[in-house]
Amino acid sequence: MAPTHTSYRYKIVRHIADGIIFLLLAMLALRWMDIRVLPDTLSSWGIPLAFVLAMALRAWAQYAHRPPGIHNNGVWFRPLTSRKWPALTLSLLLTSFYVVLYFYPQYLGLGSDGAPNRGLIAMFDPLSKALSGNPASQWFVYGVFYTTAILGFGIKFLMKYRHNRYQRWRTLSVMFFQLGFAFLLPELLMALNKPYYNFATFWPLHYYYFDQWHVDQLLRAGLLGKWMFFWGLAMIFILSPYLTYRFGKRWFCSWVCGCGGLAETAGDPFRHLSSKSLRAWQIERYLIHSILVVAVAMTIGVIESYLRTGQYWLTPRSFVVLSLLVVTLPSAWLLFTQREQLARDARILLAAVALLFSIVLVNHLFSPNGEIFFVDAGTVRKWYGFFIGSIFSGVIGVGFYPIMGSRVWCRFGCPLAAILGIQQKFFSRFRITVNGGQCISCGNCSVYCEMGIDVRDYAQRGKNIVRASCVGCGICAAVCPRGVLRLENGPSYKNKA
Amino acid sequence: MTRVAIIGNGVAGATAALHIARHPNYSVTLISDETPYFFARTALMYVYMGHIRASDLKPYPDTLWDKYHIQRIHDRVTDIDFQHKHLHLAEGNTIPYDILILATGSIPHRIDWPGIHLDRVGYLYHLQDLHRLEHWTPHIRHAVIVGGGLIGIELAEMLRSRHKQVTFLVRESHFWNIVLSDSEAQLIDQHIREHGVDLRLNTELEEIVDDGSGKVGAVRTSSGDLIPCQYVGITIGVKPNVQWLRDSHLHIDTGIVVDEFLRTNIEDVYAIGDCAQLQHTAPYRRPIEPVWYTAREMGQCVAATITGNPTPYRQGLWYNSAKFFDIEYQTYGYVPPHPDPETDDFLWQDPPHYRSLRIHYRRDNHAILGINALGLRLRQEQCHQWIQQATPLPEVISQLPLAAFDPEGNTSYLRDIQQYFQAQFYTTNSP
Repeated sequence: MAPTHTSYRYKIVRHIADGIIFLLLAMLALRWMDIRVLPDTLSSWGIPLAFVLAMALRAWAQYAHRPPGIHNNGVWFRPLTSRKWPALTLSLLLTSFYVVLYFYPQYLGLGSDGAPNRGLIAMFDPLSKALSGNPASQWFVYGVFYTTAILGFGIKFLMKYRHNRYQRWRTLSVMFFQLGFAFLLPELLMALNKPYYNFATFWPLHYYYFDQWHVDQLLRAGLLGKWMFFWGLAMIFILSPYLTYRFGKRWFCSWVCGCGGLAETAGDPFRHLSSKSLRAWQIERYLIHSILVVAVAMTIGVIESYLRTGQYWLTPRSFVVLSLLVVTLPSAWLLFTQREQLARDARILLAAVALLFSIVLVNHLFSPNGEIFFVDAGTVRKWYGFFIGSIFSGVIGVGFYPIMGSRVWCRFGCPLAAILGIQQKFFSRFRITVNGGQCISCGNCSVYCEMGIDVRDYAQRGKNIVRASCVGCGICAAVCPRGVLRLENGPSYKNKA
Repeated sequence: MTRVAIIGNGVAGATAALHIARHPNYSVTLISDETPYFFARTALMYVYMGHIRASDLKPYPDTLWDKYHIQRIHDRVTDIDFQHKHLHLAEGNTIPYDILILATGSIPHRIDWPGIHLDRVGYLYHLQDLHRLEHWTPHIRHAVIVGGGLIGIELAEMLRSRHKQVTFLVRESHFWNIVLSDSEAQLIDQHIREHGVDLRLNTELEEIVDDGSGKVGAVRTSSGDLIPCQYVGITIGVKPNVQWLRDSHLHIDTGIVVDEFLRTNIEDVYAIGDCAQLQHTAPYRRPIEPVWYTAREMGQCVAATITGNPTPYRQGLWYNSAKFFDIEYQTYGYVPPHPDPETDDFLWQDPPHYRSLRIHYRRDNHAILGINALGLRLRQEQCHQWIQQATPLPEVISQLPLAAFDPEGNTSYLRDIQQYFQAQFYTTNSP
């Protein structure tokens, strides 16, 4: 008979875990108001650790008594995951947090003009000092929250998809890269008086990589710094094209990237909320590629503006020529080798390249020194950072999880995802293969695609899925009740449809 | 303009409509009294379970029908005047046609058990069945499901997802062992019970008992048990929805009898999908196959035939799939529940992980005839190739990784199968 007795016990454990999580959040809220429940030396690492453990307990209570398998029961009934008022409340809380974090860090307790930190930021001073030797900043606190969320919700994800090794490996990978490469290593580098550097991200997601201060900092930091600088270049021009050719953009977007890591763990309960409409797809294509053009043009402009000072061995003119070659040669090669498949996309690509070309050239020929496109270089960078770095990736990207799904930033905004997507679509062995005629058009694949790809539309026609936006999370294949979909690295990048 | 009327907008009718309407000289009218739009019947369960919304059931965007100028009518066809080529609709309209396609689908099979007409006796076929079940759900504490097949286990999973107690009455000695072998069926039995279902094998329904107000109060089983319940789900299969056509000149046996071009005995009238009964069948195939993809293929064939490219519907190699709670099932080719005198089974099982692979092969030359997979995914193209080329079993086993379709990292069982085969097959089949 139904194991009501056992599940009752699990329910109690789940409530206990919920209680612990609530207490931890309450302690944070109190500490934010400068009320200490525990000494900071304990709570700065104790609260994050306790959160991860409580999440593990909760995940165990939620999933361990069920046989392994896909259990999306009630996803569209629960108010939190179906855009009802709890979702709106959570969204409001998250967006408010991001607004405060980016624009009013003093309200989190950041001390300015040498004053010591207060509130929430002061609470994390002991942990920050232990790692890097410096007092905490709002970014350190954010990093702790971010990493804690990926670890805690990552454990939940591991339990939920424990029957699927692809999902387990992928999740362990994002947890590892967030904790080790995005959080701990840069702090330890600071403790060793080396530049803060995250090896697991690269330009253009790492948007200040080519800024003068960053380049100078790396190049003046000895052999390690130079190595970091060239690692960043190698990631852009050698490693990422190769890995994307070999495995698709998933190697980064759903195995390494921190934004992807949060989306895949904390964002997993909201993945079905992404819009699958044709209009959303059109907006996506124009928006993400426009941001890519802006990001590339701005970066070229920024580099050119400091090359004009004459302190570097590269002249502005040779740099502009070189970068335009780097943009045009692969595009020309693409247009030539894949002209049959491209059709409409070709015009968009040509338009984008032409636009970029003209922006860069006009800027090169007519903008005065220190300005990008007749605007002060610092101002351009600031506005890009404001709109793309803060508003899009943070406030909307994470704040809108409960409304628009977990990959809003990755789908509509991330310029790195745009580059990897172009590579994936035209020059990668990755595809999602459809298994003969077994598709029953049930639609689970489309519903649970966080990138809003209408997977069913391909599957029911027996067509393989080759889409620039696909991050290769593999959930479509996991939720398919008939084993119709499989993520594959084919023998060749051609003829994969 | 050739006017094509299609009765029924299931996968057969909708596929035919879309394929015919692509040709400019045809105007298509698609009539259904169930829904104004085509939906994936196979996914009804996921709406009830909250995995997807009702709007997600539509396989195509609404705009597609307008793009191809397909007229959709939400009404019931009450009568067909085959002589004058007119359809009469319940709301009084008359639709003239030049070509008629009958794609009326199935209706749930039922037996006249005492109490079968009580309130809260339900089925799972039409969208309306789902609405009724949803309406009754708050009143259900305990549900009884009658019939151990694919729909019965879906209904059990649905009700368990809404925390209902479920008793599942199965006439056979194991779940679906008219298709699965006992070894496979026992694995499913165990899994059904693991999901908290009270599975009662070798048990039939005797009577549905009134609770005193015209609603279901209990069922009495063939073993004499009285099981109090607030809902009874009847899932003992489907039959062609043709009763309403029996008085016509249409040649009807169990279904509407059609030739290889899906033509009925009346000129310009075709029948496709669940309601069609094929005059000639391929080996190991049945004249009526109420399956999603066969309906889709018939829709494509009839569309080609009507639009000037006569295409016979040929049953190829059989395949199908299902999911029993968490266990996926795929089958390719001919795999009977028990071996014949000329054939044998290679069986590998990993019960803790609910995995099972059964390959049916000929004793004389070891050529494989079919494959049943539980808990693992196989590539259809590869399986069909092996079966069509009569590949010997040892070769199939050694090439098994070619057919692996599980997510990356989930195919370590392949080596277990190969090792098990080495140990088993050559000891029992040595000359």
